[in-house]
Amino acid sequence: MYDDNNRFPRLPWIILGLGIVFLAIGSYIGLFVAPPEALMGQVQRIMYVHVPTAWNALLAMTFAFVCAVIFLFKSDWKWDARMEAAIEVGVVLAFLLCCQGAIWAKPTWGVWWDWDPRLTTTAVLLFAFLGILALRKFVDDPARRAIWSAVATIIAYVDVPIVYYSVRWWNSLHQLQSSPSTVSRQFWLPLRMNAFGILFLMTAFIMLRARVASMRLKHELAPPPVLGEMA
Amino acid sequence: MLTAALRKELLLQWRSRAQFMAVFVFGAAALLLFSFAVGPVAELLRQFSAGFLWLGLLLSSTLTLAESFHAEMENRAMEGLLLLPSNPRALYYGKAIANWLQLTLLGIALIPVMVVLYDAGTTRVPMLILVIALGTAGLSAPGTLYAAMTAQVTSKQTLLPLLLFPLIVPALLASVKATSLIILGDPMNQVRSWIVLLASFDAIYWSLCGLLFGNVVEE
Repeated sequence: MYDDNNRFPRLPWIILGLGIVFLAIGSYIGLFVAPPEALMGQVQRIMYVHVPTAWNALLAMTFAFVCAVIFLFKSDWKWDARMEAAIEVGVVLAFLLCCQGAIWAKPTWGVWWDWDPRLTTTAVLLFAFLGILALRKFVDDPARRAIWSAVATIIAYVDVPIVYYSVRWWNSLHQLQSSPSTVSRQFWLPLRMNAFGILFLMTAFIMLRARVASMRLKHELAPPPVLGEMA
Repeated sequence: MLTAALRKELLLQWRSRAQFMAVFVFGAAALLLFSFAVGPVAELLRQFSAGFLWLGLLLSSTLTLAESFHAEMENRAMEGLLLLPSNPRALYYGKAIANWLQLTLLGIALIPVMVVLYDAGTTRVPMLILVIALGTAGLSAPGTLYAAMTAQVTSKQTLLPLLLFPLIVPALLASVKATSLIILGDPMNQVRSWIVLLASFDAIYWSLCGLLFGNVVEE
């Protein structure tokens, strides 16, 4: 019925270690080896964590959406546990993304916040998924909680492109996305390292958190103890 | 079945019209309070009038929506309704259309308040009513779905806005923009494109929420 994710108990820890190593090497290259960027100087180095965080935040949310769809079709509890984990990790990444963005924007644009499509969409996404986490806390019945949060996740995820385009028509200032083809090699090595580093960290956190979630579910779904056995 | 569900909702709303009046007074009071955020500068108030109207409408709508499953929660009436030989989708659309009509009416009722307080008159009243109808449609489709969930939870007054507000950002944005173009003048003729955006948002949400409602209420 539910899977404890325990077939490979050490796997998340290995991935976690790998992520830390990648992130350490990538950040070292990004901070000390790569040259400062011509126009923005040292501030630009935050890009080595900012851009990977953005990719991975979106990836975590997408994974949550996939889990929600599969759960609604298959009603398998392990997808509920994975969805809960992915939403939580996605919220953390989206929050970090907003913070890093603000730190970068202050010296570059002169303001902490700007009503640009990507910033606004990230903030909206953050609040939408925080709302889903709140919903999960308020519903005690595991079956209802799972279905409702799956429904809310699907709706919130479908909302993302609409928010993006509506804000884009409304106002815009953010830089165009950086991709390895627009960035020179010295810059993309730390970028790639960090992207994989955060990807590994995210995967490991989702696996560990899903394990906690399915343990809780197992506890909640367990039939009440028989009276005779209690005595 | 849809007409029966809609008839039931409209009858319920008619019998609880005191609640509609209370929500209207709340909305009007909100419009009055918003002007204190700006100060008595007529020009600024006029400029922000569309935003204030929609924020007032949004805040009032959470009251209407949070209460909209009140009758169904009493005496386990929802289970009785679900036992009827019909699709839960009819229940959803009946409720959503009724909520939509009520919010549109509320929006229309708030127009004179806005005109008086902010000196935000316009001659394009039919256009303004169209925008209000489309904008409130964008609020009521996801609002009704979430109300069905939060009505069964203890702290529904907190949870409903928490879930609804991030979601309706595009609808709010497009409505405010269209309304302010109608009030302040529209030299580039942009209102049309915002109305198209609103309509497409409505189409997506009315179909998606109807599709998912069955999952939300089934036991």
